Amino acid sequence: MSKIRFATVWLAGCSGCHMSFLDLDEWLIDLAAQVEVVFSPVGCDLKDYPENVDVCLVEGAIANEENLELIYHVRAHTKTLISFGDCAVTANVPAMRNMLGGAEPVLKRAYIELGDETPQLPNEPGIVPELLDQVRPVHELVPVDIFMPGCPPSAERIRATLEPLLRGEMPVMEGREMIKFG
Amino acid sequence: MSITTLKINGQDVVTESGKTVLAAAKEAGIPIPTLCHLEGISEAGACRLCAVEVKGTPKLMAACVTTVAEGMEVETHTPKLQDYRRMIVELFFTEGNHVCSICVANGNCELQDAAIEVGMDHSRFNYRFPDRGMDLSHSQFGIDHNRCILCTRCVRVCDEIEGAHVWDVGNRGEACYIISGMDQPWGEVSACTACGKCVDACPTGAIFRKGTTTGEKQGDRAKLEFLVNAREKQEWSR
Repeated sequence: MSKIRFATVWLAGCSGCHMSFLDLDEWLIDLAAQVEVVFSPVGCDLKDYPENVDVCLVEGAIANEENLELIYHVRAHTKTLISFGDCAVTANVPAMRNMLGGAEPVLKRAYIELGDETPQLPNEPGIVPELLDQVRPVHELVPVDIFMPGCPPSAERIRATLEPLLRGEMPVMEGREMIKFG
Repeated sequence: MSITTLKINGQDVVTESGKTVLAAAKEAGIPIPTLCHLEGISEAGACRLCAVEVKGTPKLMAACVTTVAEGMEVETHTPKLQDYRRMIVELFFTEGNHVCSICVANGNCELQDAAIEVGMDHSRFNYRFPDRGMDLSHSQFGIDHNRCILCTRCVRVCDEIEGAHVWDVGNRGEACYIISGMDQPWGEVSACTACGKCVDACPTGAIFRKGTTTGEKQGDRAKLEFLVNAREKQEWSR
């Protein structure tokens, strides 16, 4: 049997979920023996998301054009997509800007009103991705197979989610240990 | 004392007449999830989490405001009820702005606990991200309307136990929010005795003591029940 093709992506989040993933410590060695890491900011140096990915952990909400493009691509090429952490599941802290209205008031607040020196709006089309008007959780844009809340999910929760998948089973996402938000 | 007999989940239950289905179920050791209910104060039937099925009526009844009746047959955990309860909790999360990770009540929140109890791993409803304010005008406390679920525990505890009636509910429908005084800043309401009972009663992190940071708020709900028992039954220790 060929190895499970495993990926992780980092959208609008603080990378705390990925840090928690690294907290799996020595179990990462067991994981590495069972999967082929085909795309990940912490486990692989490839820049393009490949085809035929079996399992992908998606950290972060959908906040800009780049996140949007990537999540559609990831969904199209992934069998089991896991919303990884509260930003992916609820949009969490990145979505607190939604209360200000659209992207424009957010940019003005951050770059003009709070700009200490030479306040100006960032504008580099094609290089700096445009903000979306509203930050959304992943499942409001693409179907999600498994939800793993937590800010961040603990290493134990990550392991308890991945281990059944490695055996070809679905994890049971129930109880305080598995689904407590925050 | 007159007695009423009823069936809860097929189990025969004998209770004092005039009690609520919620109280009868609790006596019989049958847990029904609640959010707006708080021991020591009146019932509001605001959250609907305790809804149960009663044989003979298609309507779901809130157990906290339904009085037991002779021969009543109640079901508390049918698949239909479980489904509705999860929906109710999801609607609470999407209606306000509940960001658990940065909330004072993280880890000690009854809404968070309810989400775990009903098995909510995500919300199937879109988040509203309403523009709600907060009031930090009081010298000791703050209220963050983003975290409020309108259970009205603060309203009832302030009125019924403290006797100050600082809180009330303003507006209608989705614009509903908790007001202090005559919709004044909390710090300007002279009726407030700064007793902090609303902080203890609040199920979430909406009302808090200033200086409390993430995960530090631990509301002492039992204190309110103790106060009532002390006054009414002269039970002076807890």
